[in-house]
Amino acid sequence: MTGEALIVLENVNKWFGPLHVLQDVDLSVARGEVVVVIGPSGSGKSTLCRAINRLEPINSGTITFDGQPLPAEGRALARLRSEVGMVFQSFNLFAHKTILQNVMLGPVKVRREKASVVRDRAMGLLERVGIANQADKYPAQLSGGQQQRVAIARALAMQPKALLFDEPTSALDPEMVGEVLDVMTSLAREGMTMVVVTHEMGFARHAADRVVFMADGQLVEQAAPEEFFANPRSDRAKDFLSKILTH
Amino acid sequence: MSVLVDKFDVFAGGFWLTFQICVLAAIGALILGAVVAVLRISPVPPLRAVGTAYVTIFRNMPLTVVMFFSAFALPALGSNADFLRIPVLDVVFTRLSTDLPYFRFALIALTLYTAAFVCEALRSGINAVPPGQAEAARSLGLTFGQNLRYVVLPQSWKASIVPLGSVIIAMIKNSALIGFFGVVGDLSASADQLTGAEGYAFIPVAIGISIGYLIMTVPLGALLDRIERRQAVAAR
Repeated sequence: MTGEALIVLENVNKWFGPLHVLQDVDLSVARGEVVVVIGPSGSGKSTLCRAINRLEPINSGTITFDGQPLPAEGRALARLRSEVGMVFQSFNLFAHKTILQNVMLGPVKVRREKASVVRDRAMGLLERVGIANQADKYPAQLSGGQQQRVAIARALAMQPKALLFDEPTSALDPEMVGEVLDVMTSLAREGMTMVVVTHEMGFARHAADRVVFMADGQLVEQAAPEEFFANPRSDRAKDFLSKILTH
Repeated sequence: MSVLVDKFDVFAGGFWLTFQICVLAAIGALILGAVVAVLRISPVPPLRAVGTAYVTIFRNMPLTVVMFFSAFALPALGSNADFLRIPVLDVVFTRLSTDLPYFRFALIALTLYTAAFVCEALRSGINAVPPGQAEAARSLGLTFGQNLRYVVLPQSWKASIVPLGSVIIAMIKNSALIGFFGVVGDLSASADQLTGAEGYAFIPVAIGISIGYLIMTVPLGALLDRIERRQAVAAR
């Protein structure tokens, strides 16, 4: 938890119609820190994650990334997004492109890097997530776990300053969760700045620097994982943990 | 039925003129419709408003009224639509450059009207692409234009092509109106000419012009069915 703040949210509020999904949220994520956001469904975790690269615009408050406030829609925002990787619950690989093309699209079109250079890097990343031999297949031909690992490789290909994970394992069959979490854990060890919304308490325990607990749009409690799981302070967190950890 | 043989040249000439205006209007409507569709899905609210206003006006006004506006308002504004005297193109489509401007006026009306429907057909295809695709593209840092070009449009055309075809077929049939707005000698105006001025019986003439329209619309419909079947197989 050392180092300067990379992502800072101050007083962030967001409404969906009458629903106040983010209520005065303050959160600061340091460079190299892994923050895991947990909480019951509908607590605003995903919205918080998506607000950081403005996929979800906020109604009030400020979000700064690497010292710069989030720009409004346009080229400046596109540039910022290129520095923040995002991994979605439903993978969202480009269905009409091969695995390799999926990984190469961002660097070639957004960064205008040379295709030959990008190809080498992309193959290296696919190697790393263990699917280099599937590079010429289309997303629909891969299992969910493989698709999600490609999605991580696609985000990494942009050499982002931070990665956002929006419930990356929630749409996976149980036996495929591990392979995705392994990749995420190794990224965390290497010092990637990560904000991870998840229900995987095991991952939160062993990979997080800090656990953030959200409920009803509020950031209720945050602490180091050992402390949070052993000694939750708020009743809301105690209640949540008692429900998920009894089985 | 001898009129079909005796006046074959009139039918053929009418067919050719209708075919010409349909080709030109289809090209114009596809281009303009694509532009309006991009406006309608643009992230910039004023551009969206312009696109929506366009569709609201031209989709909801009868084509006859659009034709009236084109044929009477343009001259009143001092325009003979001379910008449509396009070099090279007017070698094949000779009516583009005639002194009588009514072919050009009719072409403008047909294009403006059809573009609204083209826009909506394209948009229905774009809406058929799962929103996660565009979201993933945005989160990589692709701009709006890049997003459309590399991610959304390549996936949307499949869902657009069949409704687009229906729009073009409707346009071919709508072109039957142009004879009433000063365009001499298109397929349906030929019927008027033959039955009115030359006294031929109506039914054989009507059969003749029907065949003319069917020659254009039936193959187009068959092509669409084929594309649709191929897609259904590909989707499995």
